[in-house]
Order: sequence, then structure tokens, then C-alpha cells
Amino acid sequence: MAIHLADYEEVAGRETIEELRVLADKVRGRRLQNINSTPVGGGVAEILTRLLPLLRELGIDATWDVIKGDQAFFNVTKAFHNALHGNKETITAGMLEAYRATTQANLEQMNIRGDVVIVHDPQPAGMVELRRSMGRQWVWRCHIDVSNPDRQVWEFLEPYVNQYDAAIFSMPDFAQQLPIAQYMVAPSIDPLADKNRALSPDFVNEVLARYEVDPERPVVTQISRFDRLKDPLGVIAAYRMVKRRHDCQLVLAGGGASDDPEGELVLREVQEAAAGDRDIHILLLPPFSDLEINALVRGSTVVMQKSIREGFGLTVSEALWKKKPVIGGAVGGIKLQVIHGITGFLVHSAEGAARRLAQLLDDPQLRTELGENGHSHVKQNFLLTRHVKDYILVMLALDHPNEDIIRLS
Amino acid sequence: MNHQEPFVFYTERRLVALTGMRARTLAQLVGHLGEISGSSIFYHTHQMYLAHHFETPVFSNDFALWVGGALQQEALGEKLAAVDLLSFTSIRQLREEIIRVIERHMAAGGWQDRECPPGDEFHFCRSKSFIMPTGLEARDPDEFFEILPRVSNLSLFFHFFESRLRLGHATNDFSEWLAGRGETGLAQAIDEADPYIMTLDQFKQRIIMIGKSRS
Repeated sequence: MAIHLADYEEVAGRETIEELRVLADKVRGRRLQNINSTPVGGGVAEILTRLLPLLRELGIDATWDVIKGDQAFFNVTKAFHNALHGNKETITAGMLEAYRATTQANLEQMNIRGDVVIVHDPQPAGMVELRRSMGRQWVWRCHIDVSNPDRQVWEFLEPYVNQYDAAIFSMPDFAQQLPIAQYMVAPSIDPLADKNRALSPDFVNEVLARYEVDPERPVVTQISRFDRLKDPLGVIAAYRMVKRRHDCQLVLAGGGASDDPEGELVLREVQEAAAGDRDIHILLLPPFSDLEINALVRGSTVVMQKSIREGFGLTVSEALWKKKPVIGGAVGGIKLQVIHGITGFLVHSAEGAARRLAQLLDDPQLRTELGENGHSHVKQNFLLTRHVKDYILVMLALDHPNEDIIRLS
Repeated sequence: MNHQEPFVFYTERRLVALTGMRARTLAQLVGHLGEISGSSIFYHTHQMYLAHHFETPVFSNDFALWVGGALQQEALGEKLAAVDLLSFTSIRQLREEIIRVIERHMAAGGWQDRECPPGDEFHFCRSKSFIMPTGLEARDPDEFFEILPRVSNLSLFFHFFESRLRLGHATNDFSEWLAGRGETGLAQAIDEADPYIMTLDQFKQRIIMIGKSRS
């Protein structure tokens, strides 16, 4: 069943939806064309799938095109992606040529209809070459952290990036010093998606029972891939420190990727660390388990996201939205979501996590207070409706590149 | 503002612009403070009033929080948090005061300019503000206070912070208009209320109470 703007009134607030209608009136009828590299899978495709219907309902002619590329091209862009994250990759002249050739083929085939063209991530970044001949307003929406990129790859991409009218990054830490305008648009969660929508207590209990988690006893949960950067072993260590005096169960749940040998190794280590403790539940969830993940978080007492390194870490907002206090590693976007002592606690070690976990398990009133604050923080800052608003404001900002105060009638 | 004209309630929406400039040390922070745009100073001294809506706010400006937290220079953090935003009517004055507080601290000695931990750098942002009428207008003070409960926090933010500091008005828009209507007592009472020590919800209630004291 299609979701409409009005459906968000109940969760995001009527005034939020009214605000979107007022703002959208200022860009009504404008054509907003998105270009990315994949129609399904991955965060960008997911967010476009959710954003576009709402933008269209607001009277913005939002469309979405996907560039074409062969496996060789995507191997190159995968290497770019890793190098932009600061990892060492060998980039050959042939790889750069493959990128240029695929870009050229797409330049010849792509029909540019947008008054504003938003190009997502590095894969299609070269599409901006059309700006010279076609005009229009071009925006590079970078979803990844390029603050410490491999120089070779960045120097290859930068001449493309600098041709745009503006760039958008997810948080200030991800930005670069560029000669073009840069805006921040944080990621968002969809409160009506299966991963976040309200669930009946019966369903929550049924899911807990399915995984042999006792709903009558405290549950501590971390939802994440089995990846060292998410520090699952640190979470187990914190749980063990707390468990001596506080009864609780630990759920570590995440998806697995069959092509990720590192992930399998980490999963084995986690299973070994948890061996012999019936209160630790290691759940390797299949794809499309959004409802189960939702239920596990809703059935939790405290949620952890004890990452050592993190991009934005939207799992934190997903937990805060469900009014769960979050103990998070003080890294990346977690710091924007967990406000220390107000929506949860930021920690730097397993010991720190254990101390805060004991405090929260011991104090139901504190849990309620932080949970309410967290919900309100996400409602204000990290819902899909805010994302829609920011895209409209970016469209307006493009018309006023040199003004910091813009008067709209 | 023509004081015989009705009071037009404006509101604003904000897009965060990024500069790519960052500081790892106090020396870098103060260096950038002298160069960055006024809208960056405004953003880092005011963004928390819009971003957070909690019962018990811990308001401080971003500079104070970073110096006290990432650089662990708590004394300077406290001094920066104590900069009285209400005593300035321009960003220029505010910028000079923040720089003066830091430079005085640096000159006093007894501190080391250490680097913040990786990942804790200060990132300079700017505020790009879109101002628009709400459609609410008051022809006289009675109507003004009648409308006030329906006015959003964003509207309040514009008339008290943005208008005064960025558009260079001598006081907040409410006081200026009321004074023009001969309501000097009310204008003064609102002018003396400090919006920086409470949430915008609480501040609105304070002004509503001031209005009630009139009748």
C-alpha cells in the first residue's frame, strides 16, 4: 500500500507536514532529477525510494535515473569508495580510464530533464560534464566520508566535484574545503518503514520468544553487522562486567554477507566469546528481517552501539525513536544522536559502557527520561520529513548562492 | 519598523552550510574565528536553541563546549559559556568578545595548546536562513498577546535572535514594536527577559505571562 504525506502527520506532527507544504510551494513544478548507480540495494536507493513519492506529492517533479556500467566499472568505483574512506588501494591508469569511458558512455545516453540535478556519490560524479553544455543546477550528494581520502583518487575526482554548484554531506566531519557551496543534510529514518513502525506488544513478545529471549527480564541489544569496528567483543565484555550484579540478557543481532570472510571470522570470535552463557543470544538474521529487528529493539531495555569507528550510525536513531536509551561509542555520527546524559551516554571503553549500562539497568526513571528525550531528538532532527525539507531548502539555496539571509514571500 | 503598521510574525527555516574549515587546537580556533563569516559565529552560538527541545536544557555555545570537552580546558570553556549573548546587538561585537576571552586566557599563561583527540575536531558551519511571513499579524497589543500562544519557536527564534543580531536591531522585534505603540513597560520587561537561559517553549510562556501582567 502506498504511503502518503498525510500518513506522516500522526508520527511527525501535523505542523511538520504543513511546513513542508508551505515550503514546497516555493519550488512547485520544478524538476528535480536524481542520478545514482543502482536501482536497488544500498542506502542511497533506499532513501530515494522513500523520498521521491513525498517530493512528488508536494508538487516537485522528482525523478530518478541510474547510470549504466559493467562489472569492470563497478570494481573501479568500489576501489574508489575504499580509497575515499582512507584505505590503501592500488589505482591504475587503466582503472581511471575505465571510469572515464563509462562516464562518457552515460553522458551520451542520459536524458537530463531536471532543473536541478542531484548526483549521488562518486560513481556517477562525472555526469556533471553535461553542465557546461546544458546549464541547469547541479548538486553532488556525497553520502560517504571523504574527509581523509586517498590523495590520488581525490585528485582525480576533485575536478568533477568543483564543477558542481554545490555539494551535500551528511555531517560536518565529512566535508572538504571546496570552492563550491557545501550543505549538510543528515541522513534520516522513515518512521513508517517496517524497521521503525509501531508494533503490537504481542508481536514483540512473539519475536523475543522465537529467539528464546525472556521478555520478563532486562534485555540489552546491539544491532549491527559482525564487524570489528562495531566492537561486538567489547559489548560482551561490558555485559559480563555488569552481569555480576545485574540480571540481564544480551542480544547481538545483525545480517551476514556470504562474500565477507572477515565478517564470518568476527562472528566465530563472537560465538566463542559467548559460549556457555545461555543469556547471550547471537542472531545472524537473514535479509528482509526489518520487522524482527524492530521487535528486538522494542523489546530491549537498553540499546548499545559501541562502535570504534562509524559513518553516521542510523541504528542509533532507530533505537532512540523507539524511546530506548542508547549507549554509544563517541565516534562519527553517533555523537550527533546520543547527547551525553540527555538521550543516552557516550563511552570510550568497555568499562565505560559497563558503568553506564549498570546505571541504566538500575534506574527505570532515567531510562524513561532519556528514552523520551531521544524520541523527541529524532523527531526534531532525523526523520524522513526533515530530509524532505532539507532537499527543498537546498533547491532554494541554489537560487541564492551568496546570501546567508534569504527573504521568501 | 513603522510602529503604526501591524506586527507581522515571521518565521524561518535553516539550512546548515559547511565551510570545510576545522580546528584541532585553540590557536587554530582563534585564528579561524577572526576570518569566518558572521553567519558562522551566529550558528555556533545559537544552533542549540533550535536543535534541542529538552525539559532541562544545558545551553552553552559550541565554542565553549568544544574547548571544555575536546581540549579539556574547562576554565576557558566556562568563560566562553558565560559570554552574555544578550549584551550584544551585532555579530561583530560578539565575535570580538569571543576572541578577546580566548586571547586573554592564552596571554595569562599556565596552559598548553594541545591537539584534540582525532575525530573531535571543531568543524565550522554556517547558517543559511530562509525568512518568511507566517500569515499571523497583530494590529494592536491586545491582538499581539492573543496571537502569541500560536506562534512557533522558530518565529520566536527569528524575532529574538536572528533579527537582533544579524539584522542589527537594537532590541528584539517584540519590544521595538510594543514601545512604538506606547507600551514601554511591556517592551522593557520583554527586553529584560533572558532567552538564553531557558528553552524557547519556556521563553514563550515567560512572554505570555508578561502580557498577562498588563491586563
